[in-house]
Amino acid sequence: MIFFWAFVVGGLICVVGQIMFDVFKLSPAHTLTTLVIIGAILDGLGWYEPLIDFAGAGVTVPITSFGNSLVHGALAEAEKHGLIGVVTGMFEVTSAGISAAIIFGVVGALLFKPKA
Amino acid sequence: MANQKKQKQQAQQYQSFEEKRETKRPILLNCIKAFLVGGFICFIGQLITTFYIYFFNFTEQTAGSPTTATLIFITMLLTGFGLYDRIGQFAGAGSAVPITGFGNAVISSAIEHRTEGFIVGVGTNMFKVAGPVIVYGVFAAFVVALIKTIFLQLGGS
Repeated sequence: MIFFWAFVVGGLICVVGQIMFDVFKLSPAHTLTTLVIIGAILDGLGWYEPLIDFAGAGVTVPITSFGNSLVHGALAEAEKHGLIGVVTGMFEVTSAGISAAIIFGVVGALLFKPKA
Repeated sequence: MANQKKQKQQAQQYQSFEEKRETKRPILLNCIKAFLVGGFICFIGQLITTFYIYFFNFTEQTAGSPTTATLIFITMLLTGFGLYDRIGQFAGAGSAVPITGFGNAVISSAIEHRTEGFIVGVGTNMFKVAGPVIVYGVFAAFVVALIKTIFLQLGGS
């Protein structure tokens, strides 16, 4: 069942992005930035975790989960060390996306030649 | 004076003419395409997530990280062989919104600028497109987490 909801919820988040492209004429950078901020706010309200239980990869794969995991790391660290944790814990959970992007970016540049 | 007025009128006429001729974006069709491709990418993500939960002792909440890394690895191959661009032309936001779109933005900039050298080309330009997402994601997360932490410390729940 989670596969079905992953497909539907993930697809719907992409539709929201498409509407921002087409109806509000936002650039991809503006759209993605807005979605990340929405993800951060949703996690601040405590609504993102129940969504993960419900739709799994449907909400962890879209870019909104980047905002969610940033807030999540910051809050987890703040619980242990107080306010300073908000700064120090920021990348605790998000590490995977950024590290993987950098590593495979460099590897990709080594392996592939740009298309003419 | 009269001349100016006439020019203004002409400009207005041209504008309404232009609006009429502008090709309408097929919004509904684009949304369906975005839904199908975006949903499919999340479905693949769910397959990978399930794989990590069953074979590597991750939980539903923690399996997101290895899934992300795996998806970005697949993105590297698709971007390198020029397939991701083609998917993007068809799917629009369907391939831009998932984390694979973020990976594609970083990896394609890296590949594109390798001719300028690895430090100045690849290093400098890698986050040209994806940079704003990280910058404002982090800043928004900072504000949200700060508000919530202060709220919790003041005894809210």
